Amino acid sequence: MTMSEGPRAVVAGHGKFAEGIISAVQQITGMGHLLTPVSNTGLTPAAIETAIREAMVVANARVVFTDLPAGSCTAIVRRVSKSSPDITLVTGVTLPTLLAYVMGASIEESVAKGREALGAVEPPRGA
Amino acid sequence: MALEYFRIDDRLIHGQVVVGWGQPCNLGFLVLVDDAVVDSEWEQELYKMGAPPEMDLYFDSIESAARRIAEYRADSRNGLLLTGDVTTMAALQALVPQVQVVTIGGIHHKEGRTARLRYVFLTPTEEQELRALAARGVTVVAQDLPNTPAVPLEDVLIGDGTG
Repeated sequence: MTMSEGPRAVVAGHGKFAEGIISAVQQITGMGHLLTPVSNTGLTPAAIETAIREAMVVANARVVFTDLPAGSCTAIVRRVSKSSPDITLVTGVTLPTLLAYVMGASIEESVAKGREALGAVEPPRGA
Repeated sequence: MALEYFRIDDRLIHGQVVVGWGQPCNLGFLVLVDDAVVDSEWEQELYKMGAPPEMDLYFDSIESAARRIAEYRADSRNGLLLTGDVTTMAALQALVPQVQVVTIGGIHHKEGRTARLRYVFLTPTEEQELRALAARGVTVVAQDLPNTPAVPLEDVLIGDGTG
């Protein structure tokens, strides 16, 4: 596999969420280039839709990760997927999910990795 | 507490509304006044999927919202009514003069709009509509989140998009 090949996706969310989490993917795996960020900051719903559609074309991606199930990016991707049912949407994305995805895991496996990693860590006994 | 908030937000039901306002203000219900959404079950499902299960969503046209406003105001839970644009809120307020405070939560950039705050961009027509609302005695402010200061309309209209 060359550096340009691999599972591609768009990451869309609030503020610098997408840019930040992709930078973490890049730092850990060197594969941040597989992910294209979109921020909803300052954009109307129509402009968010345009940005996501353009990012999907540029990235040649049919998978979109969003940060918040109730967020505007999520609602817009749901609307877009009504006419493009081949789009896969994953909401509430976390770093473990993205790491698994860029390393080649399926969507289901990647989501499971995110769920497995989430938890409150109990303090050490005697602390 | 009943229906406490009247918000203009072009993103309608989204994170800032559900989480940013919903949790600190303990919102129990949202009323979305939008003629396109009220006629589309699919659009309504879209918004319902994004809202937490403990938060009820009601969908209305301007006319049905005006008819049901007393019912919403009598609700024991905190509620927030949303429109996606100034025109819809102004039309609702004309039918429901009891709407005395309107909050601009987000009107984002598109062609023909001028930046007033970082989350408020307005066309000359929208500015006129907001001035007309104020002239009818409505307090119009801009406030994206509950922990940010409410900006009075007169300050919004002289803003340059940096505030």
